[in-house]
Amino acid sequence: MAKDNLLGGSLWDAYSNKVTTLMNNPQHQGEITEEEAAAHGNKLIVADFGAESCGDAVRLYWEINPETDVIENAKFKSFGCGTAIASSDVMTELCMGKTVDEAVKITNIDVEKALRDDPDTPAVPPQKMHCSVMAYDVIKKAAGLYKGVDAESFEEDIIVCECARVSLSTLQEVIRLNDLKTIEEITDYTKAGGFCKSCIKPGGHEEREYYLVDILADTRRQMDEEKMAAAADASMTGDFENMTLVQQIKAIDAVIDESVRQFLVMDGGNMEVIDIKNSDDNIDVYIRYLGACNGCASSTTGTLYAIESTLKEKLSQKIRVLPI
Amino acid sequence: MQVYMDNNATTMTDPKVVEAMLPFFSERYGNPNSLHKFGTSVHLPLSKAIDQVYKGINASDGDDIVFTSCATEANNWVLQSVWIDNVLNSDKNHILTTEVEHPSILSTCKFLEEQGMKVTYLPVNDQGIVEAHTVRSFITDKTALVSIMWANNETGMIFPIQEIGEICKEKGVLFHTDGVQAVGKIPVDMQSVHVDFMSMSAHKFHGPKGIGALYIRDSQPLTPLFHGGEQMGGRRSGTLNVPGIIGMGRALELATENIEATMALIRSKRDRLEDALLEMLDDVMVVGERDNRTPNTILISVRGVEGEGMLWDLNNALIGASTGSACASEDLEANTVMLAIGADNELAHTGIRLSLSRFTTDEEVDYVIEAFTAAVKRLRAISSSYAKVGPSPGGEAQACDLLYHHDNDIVVKH
Repeated sequence: MAKDNLLGGSLWDAYSNKVTTLMNNPQHQGEITEEEAAAHGNKLIVADFGAESCGDAVRLYWEINPETDVIENAKFKSFGCGTAIASSDVMTELCMGKTVDEAVKITNIDVEKALRDDPDTPAVPPQKMHCSVMAYDVIKKAAGLYKGVDAESFEEDIIVCECARVSLSTLQEVIRLNDLKTIEEITDYTKAGGFCKSCIKPGGHEEREYYLVDILADTRRQMDEEKMAAAADASMTGDFENMTLVQQIKAIDAVIDESVRQFLVMDGGNMEVIDIKNSDDNIDVYIRYLGACNGCASSTTGTLYAIESTLKEKLSQKIRVLPI
Repeated sequence: MQVYMDNNATTMTDPKVVEAMLPFFSERYGNPNSLHKFGTSVHLPLSKAIDQVYKGINASDGDDIVFTSCATEANNWVLQSVWIDNVLNSDKNHILTTEVEHPSILSTCKFLEEQGMKVTYLPVNDQGIVEAHTVRSFITDKTALVSIMWANNETGMIFPIQEIGEICKEKGVLFHTDGVQAVGKIPVDMQSVHVDFMSMSAHKFHGPKGIGALYIRDSQPLTPLFHGGEQMGGRRSGTLNVPGIIGMGRALELATENIEATMALIRSKRDRLEDALLEMLDDVMVVGERDNRTPNTILISVRGVEGEGMLWDLNNALIGASTGSACASEDLEANTVMLAIGADNELAHTGIRLSLSRFTTDEEVDYVIEAFTAAVKRLRAISSSYAKVGPSPGGEAQACDLLYHHDNDIVVKH
C-alpha cells in the first residue's frame, strides 16, 4: 500500500487496447458445424471448458485435417467477461495453422502476451490472468479429444499456479534454495499466487489440488526433518558446526568437563555455558565464570585463551569464547 | 445520451442541496464550537438541518441523531461499542446478523469474531430477505445485538424491520438496522418501529458524500468511537461538518417531503423498465417481489451473459449500472447476496443491478431498454450458453458447485 494504491484501480483501465478491441469485436467468435468440416474432408472437434455456473465457460471448435493434423479453422464461443472473451479470441487465432501437437504447447502466458500492446506491459490486471488459463485448458481438452488421450497427459509437471504456470517441483526447489518462510516470499520469487490467488489456500475462486500454504508447510517440515537428521548425523560423526544448539551445548560441556573444569575447580572456581550464537564466520560461545574465577585476572587472558583453544581444537576452529 | 442507473451506489447531489450548502464554505465558515459570532452564527442553520433530519425519519426529541462521516462509521461504531459495552463488560457474547449485510457490517463482525465475539450470519430466503421468525429462533440469552439491514443494496428487498424490532423488544436485545438503502427511498418512521440504532448516509438520497448519521433511541448509552473535543454532546468528537450536515438535512427534506408521490413516480419508471426487459428478453429473471422492493431497484439475471461483460457493453453505451459478478470484483469473490439467495448459481455471475432515482427520465428509461437488449443480443451471440453445435463426445465440461460456505452451518426451516 502506498500512494498509487490509495484509490484502488479500475479493472478496465488496466486492460490493453487489444483486450478492449477484441472484447468489442471478437474476430473468431462463431461455430463450425459437422457439415462444414466434412465438406473440407476435415474432422470437427468441439471441446468445452468451464461452465456458466462457475462464472466462465468457453467452447472451442477445431476443424482438423486428418492427413496433416493441422488445425485449418478454429472458432470459439464464450460465456465470460471482457478478458475471457478476448483471451478466447486470441487463443483461437494462435491455434489456426498449427498442428495439434504444436497447439498443445500454447500456454496461458502465450495467450496473455499475444494480448499485450507492448511487450513489457501486462495485458490484464493480475486477478484477470485467470481468464487466459481457461483458454489454455480448452486447448488441452480439444487435443485430448482428437488424440483419444486424457487432457492431463499433455502436462509434464504438476502446475500449482496456473496463472503464472509455476510447477510443484519449482516451488519446492525455490522454497529450499532460498529458505522461504512466507507465501509473500514465494510470490515475490516465483509469481505463484500473485494473480487470481486461488492456489494460495482453499476457499478461493476455484478449487485446486495443491495449495501454496500446504506446499510451504510440507517443504518446511521436510527441511526441518532433514536438518534434524543431518544434526543427528553430525553428533555421531562429531561435525560440530552442523549440530543443533542443544547438541552443541552438550558437546562443549563434554569437552569442558573432560579438559577444563578440573583445573578451574582446583583454584576454587568454575564456569557455565550461557548461550551459543552461530553465524557464518563464527560460533560464539558465551560463558560465565563462577566462584574464584570471577574477577580473576587470568579469566580474561590466559584461562580464556586456554578454554578457547581447547574448544577450537576439539570441536571447531570457528569457536570464539566470550565471557560475560 | 448518458444514463446513470447506479443510484444504490451513490446519487447525484441535488443542485438544491448544493445551493443550501454553498454559504457554509467561504462565507459562514465559523466553527460552531467557538464562542464568537463567526461560530455561533451557524447554530441556527445547523439546528434547522438537525430538525430536517429528525423530521425525515420521524425521530422523537428524546432520541439522538449523531452525525458521522458516513454509514460505515456508524455501523462500526455500533458493533464495536456493543462489543465494549455489552460483551467485555457483561456475560453476553453474541451478535445476530445476516449474510447479506454491507461489508461495513460483515467485516466488522469478522474482526469482532477474532476478538472472541460469536456471530451468527442468518441466510436469506429465495426472496432475499430474512424472516422475522428466523431471527426469533436464533436469539439466545447470550445475544447482545441484532443487526439487520432495512433494505438490501443489491436486490432492494425490504426486510421486516417492524416485526424484528418487536421481537428484539420482547427479548430485551438491542436492535441495530443499517438504514442506508431505506432512508430517503421509502417511508422510515422511527416512532412506529422499535429500533435502538440506525445508520444512514446522505449521499444515497441526493445529499453530499462524507456525511452520515447514527440514530440512537432514547439517547441511550453507547461508548463513543471517536474521542476528542466532545462535539455532538460528547457522543462523536470531531469538528462538525457544517456544510455536510446542512446538505444532509436539506437532502432528507427533499427526499421525504412528498415521499409517496416521489416513490410512485420512480416506481412507475422502474416498473416500465422491468416490464420491458422481461417482455423483450427470454431467459431473464428479476429477484424479489416488486411490491416488497425499494421502488428504484431492479436486480436482473440474464442467462448466458456474464455480468462484467454486460456492464462493459452498457458502459460502452454510456450507461452506468452495477453487477455482483465475481469477475468484476477485485478479489474474484462472487457477490454474497446473489449466492445467499441461492435460487440459481448462475445468478451469481449474471446479475445486473439497475437503480433509478427521482431524476431518472422517461427518455433515459427508453434508452436503457434499447441499449440493454442490444447488449444482451450481442453477448448471447458470442455466448457458449447459446451455441448450437454441442461438444464432441467426451468434450463436455462439468458444472461446478460454487465455493460458498459460511463458517457456521445454519439450517433454517421455513
